[in-house]
Amino acid sequence: MLRVYLVSLIVLFMSPLHAAEQRLYDELGQQQGISQLMELFVLEIAADERIIHHFENVDIDRFHRMLSEHICELSGGPCEYTGESMVTVHTGMNISRAEFNAVVEHLMTAMDEQQLPVSTQNRLLAILAAFHKEVIHQ
Amino acid sequence: MHRQTSLLAGVVITAAMFCSQTAMADFGRIIATGGLTSVEGSGGGGLVPWATLSSYAEEGQWGATVAYNQADVDDYKLAVKAATVSFDNRWEFSIAQQQFDLLRLGGSLKQDIYGVKYRLAGDILYGDLPQLAIGLQHKRNQSFELPSAVGAKDDSGTDIYFSSAKVWLDGLFHRTWLANITLRATKANEMGLLGFGGDVNDSYKLQGELAVGMFINRHWVVGMEYRQKPNNLGFAEEHDWHDIFVGWFPHKRIAVALAYTQLESIAGADDQDGIYGSVQVTF
Repeated sequence: MLRVYLVSLIVLFMSPLHAAEQRLYDELGQQQGISQLMELFVLEIAADERIIHHFENVDIDRFHRMLSEHICELSGGPCEYTGESMVTVHTGMNISRAEFNAVVEHLMTAMDEQQLPVSTQNRLLAILAAFHKEVIHQ
Repeated sequence: MHRQTSLLAGVVITAAMFCSQTAMADFGRIIATGGLTSVEGSGGGGLVPWATLSSYAEEGQWGATVAYNQADVDDYKLAVKAATVSFDNRWEFSIAQQQFDLLRLGGSLKQDIYGVKYRLAGDILYGDLPQLAIGLQHKRNQSFELPSAVGAKDDSGTDIYFSSAKVWLDGLFHRTWLANITLRATKANEMGLLGFGGDVNDSYKLQGELAVGMFINRHWVVGMEYRQKPNNLGFAEEHDWHDIFVGWFPHKRIAVALAYTQLESIAGADDQDGIYGSVQVTF
């Protein structure tokens, strides 16, 4: 019985079944969809008293533009992110793990509001989760 | 129960003292990363303790849970009351009171379990390293007549386990997947309900336990667990346990699980399958 479980586990996580599928960029609704999503995301962040102090001197329009550009590039769209590296941007902010998670939750809320399917949400979350180490405690 | 309540209060106070002055009960982790409360009180799934830590306490925070679990199989009923306190996304302390009713034979077996779990390294969601944790479960039988009569050597014992858990946010089918592997050194018979050590074997045995789950979305998870068990008593063969579960995390305060559980033969009574339910409230 244990052997059956182990084999199915290995098969489940090894198989590269993601061939010939839509670009994440398209699933997100291209530049317009990404811009809308990032607007909802920024509004969620702005309403959170736990983290808003990190954005006190931030130019919100530029923040929104940079976010949209970055997500566009990361999702395979025809954009080039022109901002600083994630480490540079967050250096001196000393963002805690809980604050990082709060921002992730705001993105989840924004994606729900944008009515993106679970699969699209997971694709974007997985890409952004990889920045965890570059963002926290800098 | 009174002794447990005061012990739990002690755990809470100790946890509060460990924490820095700025630490407060909070929910700084992502939904479902606290998992549920297992039958032995440790944070986990149902039958298996996972490397996950109970509650949603992140670094510098603490949290607590209370839970009630019940398994109804053909000839037995297991009821578990449990509470945990976790802090700093590092430590988890748990306490559980098990009552195992022998529906066919009459009477019941009782056991208290005191647990501690420590996250060694890694994170369930972030980075390449899985979340790695080590834990102890100290178990004390509250009734030893039956375990003693069937050949158990001790009325108390301590399990030591090592767990590794990882989440793939964008796994197969673009769903979020969880896998947990636990290795446990134990002398417990039927989880300790039938005492520790026996006429056939009275030394620690290393047992493997496994859990796999797929999140349909952020609130619903389906999966299965498998738990190997030792065979220390000559009077009846002990069997591995497994279950298939559905978990529901409507929000961070509440978690519910329902499972079909297959406990095979317990103490000679065959084909013990049935329903397992678990409800957890997080503070």
